[in-house]
Amino acid sequence: MDRCNKLVDVGRRQFLRGGAFAAAGMATAVAMPAQAQTKAAPGLALVEYPSNKLANIADLKPNEPFDVGYPDENAPGVLLKLGMKVEGGAGPDGDIVGFSTICPHKGFPLNYNAEDRTLNCPGHYSRFDCEAGGQQIWGQATQNLPQYLLRVDDKGDVFAEGLDELIYGRLSNVL
Amino acid sequence: MAYKRQIGRLPIIPADAKVHNVVCHYCIVGCGYHAYTWDTNHQGGTAPDQNVFGVDLSQQQEAETPAWYSPSMYNIVKQDGKDVHIVIKPDRDCVVNSGLGSIRGARMAEMSFSRQRNTQLQRLTDPMVWRYGQMQPTSWDDALDLVARVTAAVIKEQGEEGVFISAFDHGGAGGGYENTWGTGKLYFGAMKVKNIRIHNRPAYNSEVHATRDMGVGELNNCYEDAELADTIMVVGANPLETQTNYFLNHWIPNLRGTSTEKKNKELPGEPHEPVRVIIVDPRRTVTVNACEIEAGKERVLHLAINSGTDLALFNALVTHIGHQGWTDKDFIAASTNGFDKALAANRTTLEQAAEITGLTVDQIKQAAAWIAEPKDGKRRRTMFAYEKGLIWGNDNYRTNGSLVNLALATGNIGRPGGGCVRLGGHQEGYSRPSDAHVGRPAAYVDQLLIEGKGGVHHIWGCDHYKTTLNAHQFKRRYKERTDMVKDAMSSVPYGDRQATVDAIVGAVGKGGLFSVDVDIIPTKIGQASHVLLPAATSGEMNLTSMNGERRMRLTERYMDPPGQSMPDCLIAARLANHLERVFREAGDNAVADQFKGFDWQTEEDAFMDGYHQHEKGGEFVTYARLRAMGTNGFQEPATGLGETEPLAAGTSTGEPGEVLGGPAIEGARGKEPVQKAAPTNAGSPPEPAAGTERIIGTKRLYADGKFNKEDGKAVFAETQWRGLQAAGKQEEKDKFTFLINNGRTNHVWQSAYLDQQNELVMDRWPYPFIEMNPADMAELSLNQGDLVEVYNDNGATQAAVYPTPTAKRKETFMLFAFPTGVQGNVVSPGVNEFIIPNYKQTWANIRKISDAPEGVKHLSFKSQEYQAT
Repeated sequence: MDRCNKLVDVGRRQFLRGGAFAAAGMATAVAMPAQAQTKAAPGLALVEYPSNKLANIADLKPNEPFDVGYPDENAPGVLLKLGMKVEGGAGPDGDIVGFSTICPHKGFPLNYNAEDRTLNCPGHYSRFDCEAGGQQIWGQATQNLPQYLLRVDDKGDVFAEGLDELIYGRLSNVL
Repeated sequence: MAYKRQIGRLPIIPADAKVHNVVCHYCIVGCGYHAYTWDTNHQGGTAPDQNVFGVDLSQQQEAETPAWYSPSMYNIVKQDGKDVHIVIKPDRDCVVNSGLGSIRGARMAEMSFSRQRNTQLQRLTDPMVWRYGQMQPTSWDDALDLVARVTAAVIKEQGEEGVFISAFDHGGAGGGYENTWGTGKLYFGAMKVKNIRIHNRPAYNSEVHATRDMGVGELNNCYEDAELADTIMVVGANPLETQTNYFLNHWIPNLRGTSTEKKNKELPGEPHEPVRVIIVDPRRTVTVNACEIEAGKERVLHLAINSGTDLALFNALVTHIGHQGWTDKDFIAASTNGFDKALAANRTTLEQAAEITGLTVDQIKQAAAWIAEPKDGKRRRTMFAYEKGLIWGNDNYRTNGSLVNLALATGNIGRPGGGCVRLGGHQEGYSRPSDAHVGRPAAYVDQLLIEGKGGVHHIWGCDHYKTTLNAHQFKRRYKERTDMVKDAMSSVPYGDRQATVDAIVGAVGKGGLFSVDVDIIPTKIGQASHVLLPAATSGEMNLTSMNGERRMRLTERYMDPPGQSMPDCLIAARLANHLERVFREAGDNAVADQFKGFDWQTEEDAFMDGYHQHEKGGEFVTYARLRAMGTNGFQEPATGLGETEPLAAGTSTGEPGEVLGGPAIEGARGKEPVQKAAPTNAGSPPEPAAGTERIIGTKRLYADGKFNKEDGKAVFAETQWRGLQAAGKQEEKDKFTFLINNGRTNHVWQSAYLDQQNELVMDRWPYPFIEMNPADMAELSLNQGDLVEVYNDNGATQAAVYPTPTAKRKETFMLFAFPTGVQGNVVSPGVNEFIIPNYKQTWANIRKISDAPEGVKHLSFKSQEYQAT
């Protein structure tokens, strides 16, 4: 529960920051002469991802999906401890990965198949390989599965700090 | 790691973005899309009044939302000379796809030419000629002058027999009514070229001669029929991967039982259950799997026959259904001829068929019951669908005929929930003057080229190096012959036109070949060409096509063609202008006059000259009306306008003077006369009407029980089994160990001509895969991803091994027409009596070349089958 509350907080902070930024922009547009607009606060080139603690290693059991939300609670995802080192894997064993679980084709929730370590879409049968960076094994999506950039600190806390593809249903990964 | 774009945010489409109607230019299904464009210095916002969707984009959107697009649907392109943002996203209001985008179509934006974002920079931007030992840019006038002079010289020496043509005949990208008319008027109107072939086969022929000869056009139903059928029998096709959104949007509802309400409404008074599916395919496909997942295994019958034995199965089904008394006797009596004769000639017992096909008697009986056993006294509605497994399979003509026999015997053509249709590859878009002079069988053009025939070869959107049979041999000879001309051209200064033409003609006289390639990219065969002419594609020009249910739409031009490239129809017109000039300069005024009538300035001119004036119902069709009808368009043939009284719907009656037996599709891909009048080479095309009245179309063909024969009756075909029909196939089977079955995969469109520069696709499939049973792999000491050589007496090619436990022993499946390993290299030259290739029945041996190369090591080799968890 503690984790969820934090996520809500993070989401709220992101929302407020975005809103305040937009409002300030509008105000300057109205108030300032055209020439001065170039001096408005510059936007950043990249999406600023929050660093969110999603779990502690102790929470993760081998090959059991651990439900999370990132970058906010409306973006469901999963952490997996695969039990074998994979490219992009975090943690002392290089085996912890995290993915968005919204299918990047039409937004249906993906199911984890522990037997072959894949995420599967009941909508249109797309399949993503959790051991191969979320590569679409077969399916309709025009992107491989968005994967989390993870950091594990010395206490074993697992933080997500970024994504490598656009999440379905939002035109900015951080809303 | 798998390929990732590292895109975390996309520009938002502003509320005032321009909107264009778009039909996906790849497969036959023709999904509806919209292209939104807006200035690069402008963007929408998250507030509802700031974006085109009118929704709050600061919130996560729900599944299936129209208010989202993926990075592959976004790009920056040129429009009227200016950079604009573009988003090409599926249209939820299109009845074909209802907002679904496939992994191919939903990449249209990303597959567009963009210098700004470095996509598809392979596109040709200038005419190119062989000069100083390599291809160099030049002007249209210079390139076309050279082509016209050499073509005229070859005609003078060899007659039109010396002019060889390879040309698309389809719709969508690299085709469409405008462009088939442009090329058709040039080669069948101004000239009467005989040595011509189509993009994917070595002759100018129908892939479905048999069904047409029987009086049944091959696209006779509508997509809704898949929602209404009691049973769908699908033969040699894999619609989940090759007609994806037709399958997802129209088959799945019937498999899930969610179309029952529609069935009760449209077909009252009979019992309705979710559909049963019979799939005839030697290989277990993702289509089989999806049907089992949705309908339950008990409603899916996968008949994994011995490769190439479909015909024996269909004959046995007709025989058995006849014995059971399940035929539609009234329909047979009223609408067909020759049933009893064909039944007797084709008689095949269940036991005989079981022996040939490898199925059990019970499986065949079960299939017969699902197809034709009455349901509570009512006729069972069965839809039959087939594609390349049959078309490019053993004994094409008879096998096609035997399946149509089955559909006719059970009364399943022209009725709701029925149809006997090809599923299709490209969209259709055929509009050409008569090709009757080509003859039947048509010339085996690729074989003639191998034999040294012909002096000049014009290629329009074809790449034989990837998509022909006997490809190894073809490439070797084609390179030899075109190299002779290249060497001759290099022996004189390019600027001396007369010397250049003389040198080329001299080399042609010694067996050389002058090759002109019209395409959007430098193709594989284009490596051998002397002139490359850059074409525009769909969306860079206005383009009309029809889909697999004859649904005709206009894709509006939403971006500029790259550089100097032009629509094919205008390239054909300009080539005709140059030929006219060259012949006139030579004093051949009579010949020159044949090339008049090509003063088109726009693709709409070509449309008005061709489709509007010549196709059945064409008089009702204009760009303005199509534009107004959006992505839903109408189903050909057009029969009237708006509220006016439609013309007699449906099909031909054989009335004297009626040249066209039915809608335009019957002329598509080949043989039937389509035009109501000969093309004219005088005057300008008619001015298009400005009105935007609704065009009335035709939902199903043959709904009146009248077929394309003089007496309106379809004819049953005699289709006796004769083993592996194409010359040399049985010997090949006896000699080599592995069946090299072949076909498509979901990621890739056609021969990967655009996909070869798409990171998502090439990351997944850097080499063609070959699916093999793990036990076969073990015998050859192969691991997943290993590169293997596939070889036989026809040639050799390569593929990466994909372990596939569901594959039968010694039966592999290789990706077809892929640039980094061409399956056609090992396909024999054997064809059927009408020069239809037989790609599917190919046998070869396999040996290891190397361990998995670097580009393969990160790939997933897990099963492609979804499993419910």
